[in-house]
Amino acid sequence: MPEASSTKLASTADFDRRDLDWYIDKVVQLIVFFAGISAIIFIIGIFIFITMEGLGFLFEDFTFKEFFLSPFWEPSDEDAPEYGILALIAGTASVTGLAMIVAIPFSLGAAIYIGEFATGKVRETLKVLVELLAAIPSVVWGFIGLSIMNPLIIDLFDVPVGLNVLNAGIILGLMAAPIMTSIAEDALKAVPDRYREAAEALGATRWQVIFKTVLPAAKNGLLGAVLLGVGRGFGETMAVLMATGHAVNIPGSLFDPVRALTATIAAELGETAVGSPHYQALFTIGIFLFIITFLINLTADLIVRGIRKG
Amino acid sequence: MFAESDLNARNKRVQGLFRMLFLMMTVLLIVPVAIILFTLVSKGGSVISIDFLFTNPTDGMTAGGIFPALLGTVWIVAVALLASVPLGVAAAIYLNEYAGDNWFTRLIQLAIINLAGVPSIVHALFGVGAFVIFFGFGTSILAASLTLAIMTLPIVIVSTRESLRAVPQAFREACWNMGATRWQTIRRIVLPNAISGILTGVILEVSRTAGETAPIMFTGAAFFLPFLPQGVFDQTMAMSLHLFVVATQVPGVPEELPFGVALVLIAMVLIMNSISIAFRMYLRGKKKW
Repeated sequence: MPEASSTKLASTADFDRRDLDWYIDKVVQLIVFFAGISAIIFIIGIFIFITMEGLGFLFEDFTFKEFFLSPFWEPSDEDAPEYGILALIAGTASVTGLAMIVAIPFSLGAAIYIGEFATGKVRETLKVLVELLAAIPSVVWGFIGLSIMNPLIIDLFDVPVGLNVLNAGIILGLMAAPIMTSIAEDALKAVPDRYREAAEALGATRWQVIFKTVLPAAKNGLLGAVLLGVGRGFGETMAVLMATGHAVNIPGSLFDPVRALTATIAAELGETAVGSPHYQALFTIGIFLFIITFLINLTADLIVRGIRKG
Repeated sequence: MFAESDLNARNKRVQGLFRMLFLMMTVLLIVPVAIILFTLVSKGGSVISIDFLFTNPTDGMTAGGIFPALLGTVWIVAVALLASVPLGVAAAIYLNEYAGDNWFTRLIQLAIINLAGVPSIVHALFGVGAFVIFFGFGTSILAASLTLAIMTLPIVIVSTRESLRAVPQAFREACWNMGATRWQTIRRIVLPNAISGILTGVILEVSRTAGETAPIMFTGAAFFLPFLPQGVFDQTMAMSLHLFVVATQVPGVPEELPFGVALVLIAMVLIMNSISIAFRMYLRGKKKW
């Protein structure tokens, strides 16, 4: 090798940057990669662990017909325990349904006001208030249902007990509304300003812009917000435990007490022996809850993503 | 000037009407909560005192203070943060700085959304199955905190990712051009510029962790304990569970006591949130790019 070229041209070894920093970089990359996939690991882990604990029940006492179609949840009956979650599903569905009737109009209305009408300081203040409302812990909501709504309902409607579908539905609605407002407002914000400008340039008034342009464009995002609200209501535990009255019952009116799926687990898990059929049945309810909320979240995500792609 | 036509006038009226309607809805969303908070303060305010915060409950929890529950919540939150903040920040760094825009990243995002959407009681079941039984931590602060850490992980990831994303790409490019590795760029340029945003998310997580009840009921929080926790393998009382207990499980509790507990809990959470929001606004005002 001629001497001149070896001084002018660097050999490949000079380009080799595999010094300490290079190795640190690779190690860090590996670490953050594992942190990145941790969410996937946890989701799979949650499913595996609750299935593992509920497996005994699924193989032995579980019959599809009894579990989903029997309204009798009597797991502590010594002779013939019955594990029917129909009444619990009815309880969860009735409370969530009422909560959505309360929350959907108000949260969408509030989102439209905050996102499209309010400006400057008013808008900032309202956004902060909504954010603070969303932060109130569910056990506090449950306590409000128990100690403030309960006597109120007894007085207003002249019923003996105020812990019922109405109470829990309103509480859950108030709880879900701020979160739905935030998500719905994000959906409105995702509509490009040029849509609004184009509509205004054609002479549309503000509400015409909103109704004919912004809302149709934000349709999917708003639907996603509603679905996430449903998922939230479905999975809420402490508030429905404290405000529903906790009686296994298929409700016939707003003033019937009910019991929710989540509340059943919260109330009974502490009293059951680890590994008993009752304990495993509670985990089986957990599997059911996991699958339902997974499907709701997945649907919401697909719908919201639909607009981004289209 | 143009004269206002009938159509203009009608449009204006309708516009005003809708504006009113939506404003009413917003107000109606906030007013009940304001009334509720006012009731909490008026009924629970009389209970609150320095003694209430710093003494043990007495007479079967029908009198005395809330100190063990307060301290227990601090323990649980601290241990949960130790687990979730490093993990969440690292995950956000991966998603924002390393991951490409492909199906795998989509899958991770979907998992994060679902982790946030899984009902808290299912997280509790997972905590029991995994930490209490499988890993053998028993019902302890460690098991409760890890359960909460996993549950609140999405908050850290999402907020950290937002603040990493807010650091201009040009900053990174300038650093790479100087020959820095990816990690050197992240450590010296990206993280210092994003740290305050990350902190905002962490404060938010503290507030969320402090208020959760269902996930700790069976994993580490106890109804009543006559002693304070000495380490992470002890059980502890917690504010959120204490409210549930004095509100529903203990007979003969004076009416104001649970209101006082609820007030302290809600004050903790709202103060944390307000700090986080104020911090965020301050940062937005200070931003130079």
